[in-house]
Amino acid sequence: MLKAKIPDGPLEQKWNLYRSTAKLVSPANRKKLDVIVVGTGLSGSSLAASLADAGYLVTCFCFQDTARRAHSVAAQGGVNACKNYKNDGDTVFRMFHDTIKGGDFRSREANVYRLAECSAQLIDQAVAQGVPFAREYSGYLSNRSFGGVQVSRTFYARGQTGQQLLLGAYQALMRQVGAGRVQLFPRHELLDLVLIEGKARGIVVRNMDTGAVERHGAHAVVLATGGFGKIYYLSTLAMGCNASAIWRAHKRGAFFANPSWTQIHPTSLPQSGEYQSKLTLMSESLRNDGRIWVPKNNAEQRAPNDIPESERDYYLERRYPAFGNLCPRDIASRAAKERIDAGYGVGPLKNAVYLDLSKAIREQRKHQIEEKYGNLFRMYQKITGIDAYTEPMRISPAAHFSMGGLWVDYELMTNVLGLYAIGEANFADHGANRLGANSLLQACVDGYFIAPYTIANYLADEIKTGPVDVNHPAFAAAEEAAVRQLQRLLDIQGTLPADQFHKALGKILYDKCGLSRSRAGLEEAIASIRTLRDQFYSELCVPGGPDMNSELEKAGRVADYLEVGELMCYDALTREESCGAHFREEHQTSDGEAVRNDQDFAFTSAWEWAGVGQEPIWHKEPLRFDYVTPTVRSYK
Amino acid sequence: MRIQLKIWRQDSQAKQGRLLDYSLQNVTPDMSFLEMLDMLNEQLIQQKERPVEFDHDCREGICGQCGLMINGRAHGPLPNTTTCQLHMRTFKDGDTIYLEPFRATAFPIKCDLKIDRSAFDRIIQAGGYISASTGEAPEANSIPIRHDVAEAAFDAAACIGCGACVATCKNSSAALFTSAKITQFALLPQGQIEARRRVLQMVVQTDTEGFGHCSNTEACQVECPQQISVLHIARMNWEYNRALLSPN
Repeated sequence: MLKAKIPDGPLEQKWNLYRSTAKLVSPANRKKLDVIVVGTGLSGSSLAASLADAGYLVTCFCFQDTARRAHSVAAQGGVNACKNYKNDGDTVFRMFHDTIKGGDFRSREANVYRLAECSAQLIDQAVAQGVPFAREYSGYLSNRSFGGVQVSRTFYARGQTGQQLLLGAYQALMRQVGAGRVQLFPRHELLDLVLIEGKARGIVVRNMDTGAVERHGAHAVVLATGGFGKIYYLSTLAMGCNASAIWRAHKRGAFFANPSWTQIHPTSLPQSGEYQSKLTLMSESLRNDGRIWVPKNNAEQRAPNDIPESERDYYLERRYPAFGNLCPRDIASRAAKERIDAGYGVGPLKNAVYLDLSKAIREQRKHQIEEKYGNLFRMYQKITGIDAYTEPMRISPAAHFSMGGLWVDYELMTNVLGLYAIGEANFADHGANRLGANSLLQACVDGYFIAPYTIANYLADEIKTGPVDVNHPAFAAAEEAAVRQLQRLLDIQGTLPADQFHKALGKILYDKCGLSRSRAGLEEAIASIRTLRDQFYSELCVPGGPDMNSELEKAGRVADYLEVGELMCYDALTREESCGAHFREEHQTSDGEAVRNDQDFAFTSAWEWAGVGQEPIWHKEPLRFDYVTPTVRSYK
Repeated sequence: MRIQLKIWRQDSQAKQGRLLDYSLQNVTPDMSFLEMLDMLNEQLIQQKERPVEFDHDCREGICGQCGLMINGRAHGPLPNTTTCQLHMRTFKDGDTIYLEPFRATAFPIKCDLKIDRSAFDRIIQAGGYISASTGEAPEANSIPIRHDVAEAAFDAAACIGCGACVATCKNSSAALFTSAKITQFALLPQGQIEARRRVLQMVVQTDTEGFGHCSNTEACQVECPQQISVLHIARMNWEYNRALLSPN
């Protein structure tokens, strides 16, 4: 049933073979074909601009007030690309290998190889668009090494790489909008996907400014709607990030792959109180120059600068001498949790560890550190009131990136014909743990260089279809169901705001389906989420009506999260191994390292919707490793 | 902390707005300004009142979606800070805070504190890009750029499009926003071919949208969360005049 459609041929020729044999649409026919792109982050903007430039009719939607605000904007550290500018032995194969290994051997070889293969071209594209990457004094592009790899392949624009790449893609999109080749609908949220005769044929959206529910038809629908780490409530994501678009597509038949694999980022600012709405990320690029430690004495009362070197536990350097502070995110987060849980945490709530840049400031001069990380130090000061040039930062793990997402084949098409998922919204490429600076890369590569080819291959058979009729009964049915759900939320008229349910769900997931999971905990979590969902539908309060109403938007998203959370727990419960971000307490070594089970679990779990409160249907896509040998991922 | 709030409430663009009074107990100094508003909204929901609509998303100072006039200053009393990065420790127990939307003819109010900043998108559509279609790009290092030039271009490119410059300007001028984009591309070797058209079209679009002219009060630079310099405005004027005088 799950056909990944991976082309035959040697690994390094698969993508080339695909492109050489994929069907094409002649320029004259492209203007007969409509494509809907939902989301204007890096993957959505880059795809919409690329397709429009090629001559397709593109309609594009985002919930923000302008396309430039999508959460790609917040990625700080950089974007990986295999240029080997540093002459340090980087090759496409090495980048592929690092990514497969970083993902703990739970991703598809062919997809990951293609990601590495297309990476160099992305840097060319971004530079041509005017993205101001960091430069050496020679005028050539600068690189740094980033989280868990031993070559310098990360390109960056101070601590705002995501913002600058997104502005490049946004400007490309604006160029197409200005030329009348893309119709853009900001402040519109997807309510449902419309299928006609088994093919994705359009969407139902809500205009968030007026409340009007609208229908849009197309020959292909692309979801570029990002990740759903915000399900944990406290996360590094934007307040509006949500799972609703992919979840509603899931309920229309698209499979959801590896939903429980959420990256918990090691270098976020710790929670400081109950009222808190988000956790701010400090780029992990700081780990290049910073050292992470906690006091050796768990009753330590002194200020960090007064604790002598001999009384500090640089636990990452101690446990993982080969990689030290640069070990991958899952390892660093779990090691921090281990110290915090053991009572060695620092700060008023004892929920953080120190990230100390004093050595780098001494060795490299302050202005050099300022040029690399100035905005991060400023941000830290604004939030905490502390000057990190004179005192170590306090950091803590926080929910960050969804490795899971809609299941897609090699063409980035879901199991629903004509429905694509790109960027963080799909599950491909990162396996069970994403390497730093690979998310910007995947979003861009999907949007600029992969989906434009694979969607054309599909659209080539749609030339004779003619315009999609939004008066088809399938549109009416989807619209009616969407309006009914909105009204249902408004009619509950209980006493509790949506945020309270969201916070309660987040707490369940952090405790039972976060950095560490167990069978008993997950079973409890499923029961608690069901109870919470019942309570939601009896006690929710959404004031106001169906017009502009932020609370109604939130309630719709939380309603979906209450179903996604349950699926995450099923996913984690059925995977009887520890891999990447998924750490099952039952599967660890005596010194607390993860134990993967390649014999029984070298597959992707893809879940089919079976109804609210029903056990989802489990499909498996086996993972084959022909070019790398899965090994124990040791960073010691 | 106890905080008194006077908040601009306006049901829709067509309706009349007014300032209404609210009061909050138990505000803590570590709360962000928007978390204080979350707290107010939670209270309003429990009283079955319509919560205050306000723009926000990333809450880490980079998306540019938040923006309020706080006691008459764009993004509040701290220099170069977005509303979401402002914390209640900046205020005192018992303070009264006035909250209004960013006001400008080109930024119509949608509801309460939410405004329409799509005019900025149309300025970018008029020419704020380099026409590099996907696939056309040459090898990245074939375009060397001096380190200081790249850094200066970055300084201009860092604009988050929040609109504080417009809100704080007595003329509601978008000169800082527009000039930052023009400067970024004026400095870089890429896109020089389009430079003349870019500056002329973007400046015309700025006027068409109803933004005022710059009269060099430099207030925008004081409020800009990204510390975008008013020198970009001088460059824009120079580029504009040069484009007008150049034959093609």
